[in-house]
Amino acid sequence: MNYEPVIGLEVHVQINTRTKAFTRAPYVFGAEPNTLADPVVMALPGALPVLNKEAVRQAVRAGLMLECKIAERCKWDRKNYFYPDSPKNYQISQYDQPICIGGAVEIELPGPSRNVMGAHRKVKLTRIHLEEDVGKLSHFGNASLVDFNRAGVALLEIVSEPDLYSIEEVFAYLNSLRQSLTAAGISDCDMEKGQMRCDANVSLRPKGTTTLGTRCEIKNLNSISGVRNAVQYEIKRQARALDKGEKIIQQTRRWDAEQGVTQPMRTKEDAHDYRYFPDPDLMPVVIAPEQVEKIAKTLPERPFDRQRRFMQQYDLPYTVTSVLCPTCALGDYFEQALEVYPKNPKGIANLIANDLLRELAAAGRPDEGALPVCQCKIKPAQLAELVKLTDDAVITRQSAKEVFAEMFAAGDDPMAIVERKALKQEKQDDGALEQIVRDALEANPKAVEQYKAGNEKAINAVKGAVMKATQGRANPQTVAELIGKLLS
Amino acid sequence: MSQPIYYKTLAELSRELEEKKVSSTEIAQAFIDRTQATDGKVNAFLHHDAHDLLAQAKRSDERRATGQALSPLDGLPIGIKDAICVAGQPLTCASKMLENYVSPYDAGAVERLKAAGMLPWGRLNLDEFAMGSSTENSAFKTTCNPWNLERIPGGSSGGSAAACAAGQAIATLGSDTGGSIRQPASHCGVVGMKPTYGLVSRYGLAAFASSLDQIGPMTRTVEDAALLLQQLVWHDRRDSTSLNHAAPDYRGALSQKRETPLRVGLPKEYFGEGLSDDVRKVVDNAIGFYKSQGAQMVEISLPHSSLGLAVYYIIAPAEASSNLARFDGIRYGHRAAKADDPVEIYYDSRAEGFGPEVKRRVILGTYVLSSGYYDAYYLRAQKVRSLIRQDFSDAFEKVDVILSPVTPTPAFKRGEKINNLLEMYLCDLYTIGVNLAGLPGISVPGGFSKDGLPVGIQLIGKPLAEAELLQTAHLFEQAHDFYNQHPAL
Repeated sequence: MNYEPVIGLEVHVQINTRTKAFTRAPYVFGAEPNTLADPVVMALPGALPVLNKEAVRQAVRAGLMLECKIAERCKWDRKNYFYPDSPKNYQISQYDQPICIGGAVEIELPGPSRNVMGAHRKVKLTRIHLEEDVGKLSHFGNASLVDFNRAGVALLEIVSEPDLYSIEEVFAYLNSLRQSLTAAGISDCDMEKGQMRCDANVSLRPKGTTTLGTRCEIKNLNSISGVRNAVQYEIKRQARALDKGEKIIQQTRRWDAEQGVTQPMRTKEDAHDYRYFPDPDLMPVVIAPEQVEKIAKTLPERPFDRQRRFMQQYDLPYTVTSVLCPTCALGDYFEQALEVYPKNPKGIANLIANDLLRELAAAGRPDEGALPVCQCKIKPAQLAELVKLTDDAVITRQSAKEVFAEMFAAGDDPMAIVERKALKQEKQDDGALEQIVRDALEANPKAVEQYKAGNEKAINAVKGAVMKATQGRANPQTVAELIGKLLS
Repeated sequence: MSQPIYYKTLAELSRELEEKKVSSTEIAQAFIDRTQATDGKVNAFLHHDAHDLLAQAKRSDERRATGQALSPLDGLPIGIKDAICVAGQPLTCASKMLENYVSPYDAGAVERLKAAGMLPWGRLNLDEFAMGSSTENSAFKTTCNPWNLERIPGGSSGGSAAACAAGQAIATLGSDTGGSIRQPASHCGVVGMKPTYGLVSRYGLAAFASSLDQIGPMTRTVEDAALLLQQLVWHDRRDSTSLNHAAPDYRGALSQKRETPLRVGLPKEYFGEGLSDDVRKVVDNAIGFYKSQGAQMVEISLPHSSLGLAVYYIIAPAEASSNLARFDGIRYGHRAAKADDPVEIYYDSRAEGFGPEVKRRVILGTYVLSSGYYDAYYLRAQKVRSLIRQDFSDAFEKVDVILSPVTPTPAFKRGEKINNLLEMYLCDLYTIGVNLAGLPGISVPGGFSKDGLPVGIQLIGKPLAEAELLQTAHLFEQAHDFYNQHPAL
């Protein structure tokens, strides 16, 4: 039968706070095991949690980025269960009064081709709540080690409605979520570093029907490919079972990335009883609407809103905006450059989208990906200046490439480089240039012949010879005009 | 006749230190000697370190000699219940679970005492994790009532009360979740005060029931309680329930005259069935005294107080079941020798590490929080708790303080109730309301039973009315001489 998958995601995102959610112990990724601990983290007798207000502020920001209603009052509950990575053997979480209610994540589906915008849709959120992370277990043969560095880190749990209907949508959802949260600086959302983790609820129903099928929850999805593969596997598994006339049993399954299968962990009957109750060590949080308004002012534009604006306001093509907008810093960089030189948005955008990104990618360390734009030596104003120099025909496009490479390497002002390397386009007298062109035509009879036979590209050999002779300072347009004149 | 050093009060010794009549080292030595001479009988201490105390005292003497005393209390030892953290000292909570545990940090309350130059002295016995009313639930030893060694000292702060009464410490810290300061104070003939919830930091107090626990002073006089409380009140940002309250001058309040006649409430529910003649006589005497001072006696009703015990035995175990989950044998504390996987470590370590009363309450608490029972037990208990709180606040519309017995009977014999839980739990009948409502309460020596056992009276105040409460208690205390009477050891 033809089935439609219905998927809901629970995404955990670590918040970028300097200290943990309920104590002043610091958190950084990759520290020596068990060094980011204090009596609260280790749950020593007598230790008490104290709320990190910054975590609440960031949760509110996340809620606003994702169109949630911010609760005026929320509280803390204890989720009780025993596990060695949980120092208190309860997790401080929010049970029935989450900090953010409802909300939506706008997604873009793949378009008909890469340079055409796909359809947009808003995926509904159920809630977002704030909780604390647990430690990390490592198993070595007979022994297990636990590192409590991660324990207590502020964590957002973003719960979607069962409102995703394909792998592509899941992928688009995670991407969009990451773009919004990184744009606001709430989290780096690096799945490799465990900053973003995902559980997926998957069910199938016959295409065209509306009632939800029985779902399975898949845990342990720690990479984008893991999510894709696991959900894909689960959809197939359930489809096969349904085709055979079997009933899907509501259960929690673990994704085994090595074997590429989901395996049952527990069924509904033996689900944990978490014995939630309000944490008596913590006061409820009251967030005044004025505070929310104040926090809202600290938020960047939503990435898709910005993309639409860039296309409309600057008349940029979709392909360029879809490079500039997903990374907030890149869009900011673009607009900062534009402030210095507002005349040519496309020129600036193209220089960023093509040359700058290529160089940033090449400059990144192999294990860390591209160099972030904030670490780029070319400042936005300098990049704008370069575009202006080209537009004003102070330098040729050819020279601009050379200047750009110098700027990227050293961070010098473009004008300084132009002067140092004497790249200023000379107002050549046409007689001299004409002679050079004439010489070049004579030196390349084969190219001229081919050109005349209809191969327009063949003439580039002549253009190249002219550029060589003028050390790149000839205006390409003038050269082309001269060639046309001499060959006609 | 001059008292020996070990029966002098904080106020007296503070004065003598200032007048250089005595040194901190001499005081420390007096308590070390007294403890060595008497603790074989009383068993109040789980641990003490004479060298450490003398070293602390020496430093204090040096401070005083150079005019750098930290406060008038600098150099005075204070006993600490073994559920309150002192850096570098054992913290056992009288449990096998923490037999070899040493706290790496000071509790907020202990920091305050150290900041005043006071010297933490010893670890005082308690019911395991403060669960009990007789100190018989200690995994290590049974503390005896200094007035009659066959009798229990009360609990859970039994060690703190007994040490104070026996002259092994000038004053001690206890903690009170359902009466654990006031009940042993009553049984041992000392002053025990449970402050308003949030007035003293809980940071560093091993949690039993977070919404009820409160640290408080145990002393031989009301004046000493005022002195200690003054030092303990502090807004500690490490405890989210800690109040930001500017404490009045508690000691100064003792001698102040009231502007309006005192209205004393007598809750009729606290004088019903089960109250022994011994205790009733003592409370009646107190009623007579306050009347003679021009106080107005008002019969009041706390209609939901009969539900207090039931509410308490749902809320306290529920919180405890979660608070004690951290004792799992993974990071510290007892770990079963043969356990292989995490589940076995949990089962065996907790089975071996916890005593029967702790297990009982953890199981009870786990049950009442379970899905399907939560609404019927925990949620309903919370609702009744607000009714009980309302009872008190209604009563305080009509009266300034409430006077009542502390316990139904004087101290009972060791072993007498350990197998009759209901009777044991009934010991807290008159004290738990105060915890459920978050109010301040104080137990002051009120007289003796016909068997010569001390019996206290309880005064309950409005939230943050510690000054008024201490003043009222002081009035009674100064008109009697119970505080000058000490057990024969």
